[in-house]
Amino acid sequence: MNASNKPVNQKAWFLILPVLVCVAFSAILPLMTVVNYSVQDIISPERRVFVGTEWFAAIMRDEELHAALWRQLTFSFAVLALEIPLGILLALSMPAQGWKASAVLVIVSLSLLIPWNVVGTIWQIFGRTDIGLLGAALQGMGVDYSYTGNATHAWLTVLVMDVWHWTPLVGLLGYAGLRSIPDAYYQAASIDGASKFAVFRYVQLPKMRGVLVIAVLLRFMDSFMIYTEPFVLTGGGPGNSTTFLSQFLTQKAVGQFDLGPAAAFSLIYFLIILLMCFILFNWMQRVGTQAKEGDHA
Amino acid sequence: MARIELNLAHAYRPNPQTEVDYALLPLKMTFEDGGAYALLGPSGCGKTTMLNIMSGLLVPSQGSVRFDGKDVTADTPQQRNIAQVFQFPVIYDTMTVAENLGFPLRNRKVAPDQIKKRVGEIAEMLEMSGQLNQRASGLSADEKQKISLGRGLVRPDVSAVLFDEPLTVIDPHLKWQLRRKLKQIHRELKLTLIYVTHDQVEALTFAQQVVVMTRGRAVQMGPAADLFERPSHTFVGHFIGSPGMNFLPGQVDDSGVHLCGVNVGLPISGVPLPGGDITLGIRPEYVQIVLPQTPGALPMTVGQIRDVGTHLIVSATISGHAFKVRLQSTAVPFAVGEQVWFRVMGDKTCLYKNEEIVE
Amino acid sequence: MKRIITNNNSHKRTYLRVSSAANQGEEMELKLAGISKKVGAQPWLYPLDMELRPGAVTVLLGATQAGKTSLMRIMAGLDVPSTGLVLIDGVNVAGVPVRERNVSMVYQQFINYPSMTVFDNIASPLKLRGEPNYKQRVTELAEKLHIDMFLNRLPAELSGGQQQRVALARALAKGAPLMLLDEPLVNLDYKLREELRDELTALFALGNSTVVYATTEPGEALLLGGYTAVMDAGELLQYGPTAEVFHQPSSVRVAKAFSDPPMNLLPAKAVSGGVQLSPAFFAALDLPAQEDTVLTVGIRSSALRVKPQEGDIALTGSVELAEISGSDTFVHLNTPLGGMVAQLTGVHYFELGTHVTAYFHPRQLYVFDASGMLLLSPGREGVR
Repeated sequence: MNASNKPVNQKAWFLILPVLVCVAFSAILPLMTVVNYSVQDIISPERRVFVGTEWFAAIMRDEELHAALWRQLTFSFAVLALEIPLGILLALSMPAQGWKASAVLVIVSLSLLIPWNVVGTIWQIFGRTDIGLLGAALQGMGVDYSYTGNATHAWLTVLVMDVWHWTPLVGLLGYAGLRSIPDAYYQAASIDGASKFAVFRYVQLPKMRGVLVIAVLLRFMDSFMIYTEPFVLTGGGPGNSTTFLSQFLTQKAVGQFDLGPAAAFSLIYFLIILLMCFILFNWMQRVGTQAKEGDHA
Repeated sequence: MARIELNLAHAYRPNPQTEVDYALLPLKMTFEDGGAYALLGPSGCGKTTMLNIMSGLLVPSQGSVRFDGKDVTADTPQQRNIAQVFQFPVIYDTMTVAENLGFPLRNRKVAPDQIKKRVGEIAEMLEMSGQLNQRASGLSADEKQKISLGRGLVRPDVSAVLFDEPLTVIDPHLKWQLRRKLKQIHRELKLTLIYVTHDQVEALTFAQQVVVMTRGRAVQMGPAADLFERPSHTFVGHFIGSPGMNFLPGQVDDSGVHLCGVNVGLPISGVPLPGGDITLGIRPEYVQIVLPQTPGALPMTVGQIRDVGTHLIVSATISGHAFKVRLQSTAVPFAVGEQVWFRVMGDKTCLYKNEEIVE
Repeated sequence: MKRIITNNNSHKRTYLRVSSAANQGEEMELKLAGISKKVGAQPWLYPLDMELRPGAVTVLLGATQAGKTSLMRIMAGLDVPSTGLVLIDGVNVAGVPVRERNVSMVYQQFINYPSMTVFDNIASPLKLRGEPNYKQRVTELAEKLHIDMFLNRLPAELSGGQQQRVALARALAKGAPLMLLDEPLVNLDYKLREELRDELTALFALGNSTVVYATTEPGEALLLGGYTAVMDAGELLQYGPTAEVFHQPSSVRVAKAFSDPPMNLLPAKAVSGGVQLSPAFFAALDLPAQEDTVLTVGIRSSALRVKPQEGDIALTGSVELAEISGSDTFVHLNTPLGGMVAQLTGVHYFELGTHVTAYFHPRQLYVFDASGMLLLSPGREGVR
């Protein structure tokens, strides 16, 4: 005789029906539409021609797309290279306990609370040479600063803006990671005569590995999809020097109404992100289990 | 190797008023160079506080700590040159076993070939020579604890090695191997070793002298036999031994000690006792069964006879007081519910006034 | 005192609701038939049968990962067994979730409601049942467990031992006919464990719940008495009255699991008139075994003495370690027959490496056959 399983109640399906409908409308149907568009040439709303994988092939050859992709990757890696070390430094400098810890946590998180287009606007004004502190200061120092005219300046401004906006996230994650290290490790390191740098390298950094991978994952994904801030700040200019991938896609789809290639490209975009997440996630899992074996605490 | 002298107290708040405000009540204690000591007591008794004060991780609110006569109260653990092994293994995950062991020496800028030699010696002593090139993070808990210990021993001039309940995470059947290792190390290196635990087996096995502590006080320091045979405080009698000492309250007058209406006589040694209240202590192992109505014997009602495999534990009551007797063999001439007579005044009996021994 | 068994229209669902006001748990009969548990392809519990003595304490004894917790969870209704029946008073409740069974459970991690005071914690099962005068019962239990002065505190403000007492009081308040305790004392100090264990034995004797107590320590099983089920690697090896299982282990595995320190086990050969432990050691025994068969001989640590008696076999070895527990000393010896542990009463000091002679009488040997089953065990006189 078999043991009976947990009771099954089919009526539960009705409870989640509304959610299913919403998700269908907002995600599943649009996704299916995009896949549909990606294999068609939409000359006008009435005239559509099935073109198979032509758009996908075209994308592979599109020079503009390659340039945008390259810009995006450079941006994402620059973001990581700057924000992760700065975030770790921030986490190390934050006090561990008491009222000071709470105060610092709040102040540090302020930039995370600002709506993204407001962030763009803040920096837009900040960088103006007539009324912006930064612009005026740079002007005063003799630098011919212009984020609208000079591509390098535009790039640097977008980068600094992103660092300003998002480093606190890495800092907070790192802070949480640091707090989970038991005191005994610091005590043992001090007894072993380790210098502060040795403590950082052999105790803190290894123990923060788990949270840092999360930080890298999050920052990579977010920066790879970045749209609002550079759009508000530079509009993608000068020229297309700060037109990153998502903006490029939107221009194609909405601006030029080239739905077919845009749909095809957005699918590829989706797959790239999925691939990167998969790689990083698996790496994260592996690091996580290693860390678990390492600690018996 | 150092002689450690403590003359201190430690309070939680700046102005301690009563005993409760102290984590460690004022004490004076000496740990001889090369001795193995244990601090034994229940949780919250202050043993870890004392250990941390000795290692330098905690500064006592009053008093001093001296190493070989030198005042080190303000010194850091590094400056005192002590080693500490914690409750759970502390190792550097990214390093191999050899690198872990050599870490303290590398920080002191010792020459690499000397480091290698010393690490080899210590690994040999810990029976880990074959694992020197393995990553430390992949080892089992007891091997990691050995590495923690090794890091402490690798410095040739370490003044003392302090242990904070180091066998907590070790598998029970491996514990005795580590205990054996510790004893061997003590014999070979002749270091001053101080071991904190709440487990009497660990303390009594490991140490030459055990300090029994309770609620911030060190109540007795002595070898295992002394603590067992002649506990100088009722807490020691209770805490050491499984089950602990039996205590019965009574009165003393010239004719003898009166317990529960029976005159059990005077102590064999003939030492005069202070009159008034007294507490008689006798270990379950030393209670004798005698014939009924024997003068000086106490009648008790047997509540339970428990066969614990190697011996019997009899739980009895007299006038509402619980009393335990340990009997060898499996044959007992009585059953549950019967009244049995026990002699409690013998050469192993201890008498206490206000918890301190008087005889 | 009504027991309502309703058969819901959906196939095999059975509700067992014991609503008790005056009745703090009738004695419940719990029987396990053919219970096994597999997780994926891994067997966690091999098929076993067990009938718990109603109203008595059953100890589940085994090393960590032996399957004690899995078995307890099946008894409680937290897990569904892969095969087999869980019969409570003759009714199969194998699929019935724990909410609908009347079970109380105490864990090793001092589980209490953190935001409720001690009083509310203990009162919670009584309030849930709708009992009108629970206050008296709560104070009664708190006094029994010596936590009556903490009734207004939160669990976080109490020490470990006190928190566990609150958990125990709550379990006792529920008065369920089945009470499960999963290594409840393992996170407490040595002495506290002894004290609580004594109190528990007294408390269990007062009620008439069937108690199942899981532990890894053979000493604890012996002190709790009652019945013991010895488990190892997911198998139930032996079940019976505790003293009997201890003195008559049915196999080598039981002998190993149910003794602390572990029984000294030596390979031997049956010869005419006895066993040959090694070329130099012969023990005269009346063995029901054929000559030349391979045997395992077991000697308890307490059977090894330092004072010789008539008929003893002498064994000299070097001391590797002397573990002193106050009441006993366990000497680890390296002898010609292998590593052995001797248990001596009292405090004995031994220098590492000194040579000590231990004596034992052949009469005290356990003999197991080639497959590990018990052939001969030492007789015990005057056992009550």
